[in-house]
Amino acid sequence: MATLVKRNHWVVRLTHWVNVLAVVIMAGSGMRIFNAHPAFARPGERFPLNPWEGTPIPPWLTFGAWLGGARHWHFAMMWLLVLNGLVYLGFLFFHGEWRDIVPRRGDARDAWEMLRFYLFVRRDHPHQGKHNALQKSAYFAMPVLGIIIVLSGLAIWKPVTLGFITALFVNYKWARFVHFVAMALLIVLALVHVFMVFTVDPYSLRAIVTGWYDRARSPEARNARPFYHLFGSARESTAPREVPPA
Amino acid sequence: MSVDRRRFLTISAASLSGALLSACNKNPERAQKLLALAERGNQRVEEALFRHTAMNHVSPSAPIAGASFPKYRISKTVPIWDTAARGVWRLEVSGAVRRPLSLTLDDLMKLPRITQKVDHFCVEGWNARATWSGVRVSDLARAAQATDDAQFVDFTSFDEDYHESWDMASAMHPQTLVAYGMDGYLLGPAHGAPARLHSPVKLGYKNTKYLTRVVFMPVQNGGYWSDQGYEWYGGT
Repeated sequence: MATLVKRNHWVVRLTHWVNVLAVVIMAGSGMRIFNAHPAFARPGERFPLNPWEGTPIPPWLTFGAWLGGARHWHFAMMWLLVLNGLVYLGFLFFHGEWRDIVPRRGDARDAWEMLRFYLFVRRDHPHQGKHNALQKSAYFAMPVLGIIIVLSGLAIWKPVTLGFITALFVNYKWARFVHFVAMALLIVLALVHVFMVFTVDPYSLRAIVTGWYDRARSPEARNARPFYHLFGSARESTAPREVPPA
Repeated sequence: MSVDRRRFLTISAASLSGALLSACNKNPERAQKLLALAERGNQRVEEALFRHTAMNHVSPSAPIAGASFPKYRISKTVPIWDTAARGVWRLEVSGAVRRPLSLTLDDLMKLPRITQKVDHFCVEGWNARATWSGVRVSDLARAAQATDDAQFVDFTSFDEDYHESWDMASAMHPQTLVAYGMDGYLLGPAHGAPARLHSPVKLGYKNTKYLTRVVFMPVQNGGYWSDQGYEWYGGT
């Protein structure tokens, strides 16, 4: 039985890896820029929403060496990030793949069942399509966060010339805060994504490089949780079987 | 030659890893070239987006930074104009103009006064509000009759060798002032007395404090921070 399927179109694979490069450089240089003033309060004011006001990001997590250098990287790489994002979103729209990630009715219930499975409350992997419901919501949240990051980025890059975008986020200070928080959420999602790839579905690595995916080794087929049933393929079915004809 | 999918991916991967390599300080010169190219491109985009009608709006009820407004300078000590040694402070408006001006503080205060509460955007990421009073640079240009050669403006200071040059469009923005008042008082030595450049349309490092000269020029001549690698345009 042919279980090998083409899972990811080359546009998706290419934009995925370009995005890795762009997001790593954008986040690293962004955090270096942040470290020039690692707070959200205006001088003389307080910002109780951030319990770490004044605490810089560890320098080894940053990129660009100095404020001016990080700004150059940030304002160069933003074009790659935006163009790549537009290619990806345009492809999703015109090729119909948006259906794989846009939430639909029933996703909340399916996500709850996935959570129950991951927490050992439920024994068997819920039935799923291309992605499970938790995965789907993460893959949907990422471009949404990306759009928020780009808009809030424009708001703090050009707070006067593009003041109407800044006004969407109330003002410069809040746009900067939204830009930072959305970046942090995106990084958390990306880290969870990488963790799940290696502990639940390492076979998906092949699908994001060559495009090919072995459905017999899908997490559903292996009944795989993080670190559980990492190897092997489709289980014997536990469904009642008819007595074979004599 | 047709480029099939496999070949396309190989080329993409090769150019991508090339970009990565240059990013890793292995070939910093190539990275620098790429970044310089991006900076030029960004400046063109910023200049195309720039409008004199796009203003910085700060609500009348918004609090001002007041005493918390950051005090910064280049020299080790607060620069203070020494009248005994240098004579009465004057603002020189010269260069590509038909009528060069040399204005005392009293002369400056007789010109049409603008008072505006605006943001000060620092390259470091903070912004601070103050109410500035002064004269529009565009009014100075009109008074001095700047010629068609005036494409850039250099703002010189007596704080060491600090100066920054601007594009004409940003200098002529209605919110770009030669300010002598801050929050209702004459400018203090910590904030650039007797007069400084202040505008929300450029980052703080472009806004010359301790101003001495406004020189209209056909070409730009860099600036203190731009020469150290910060963007020359530095627009907001």
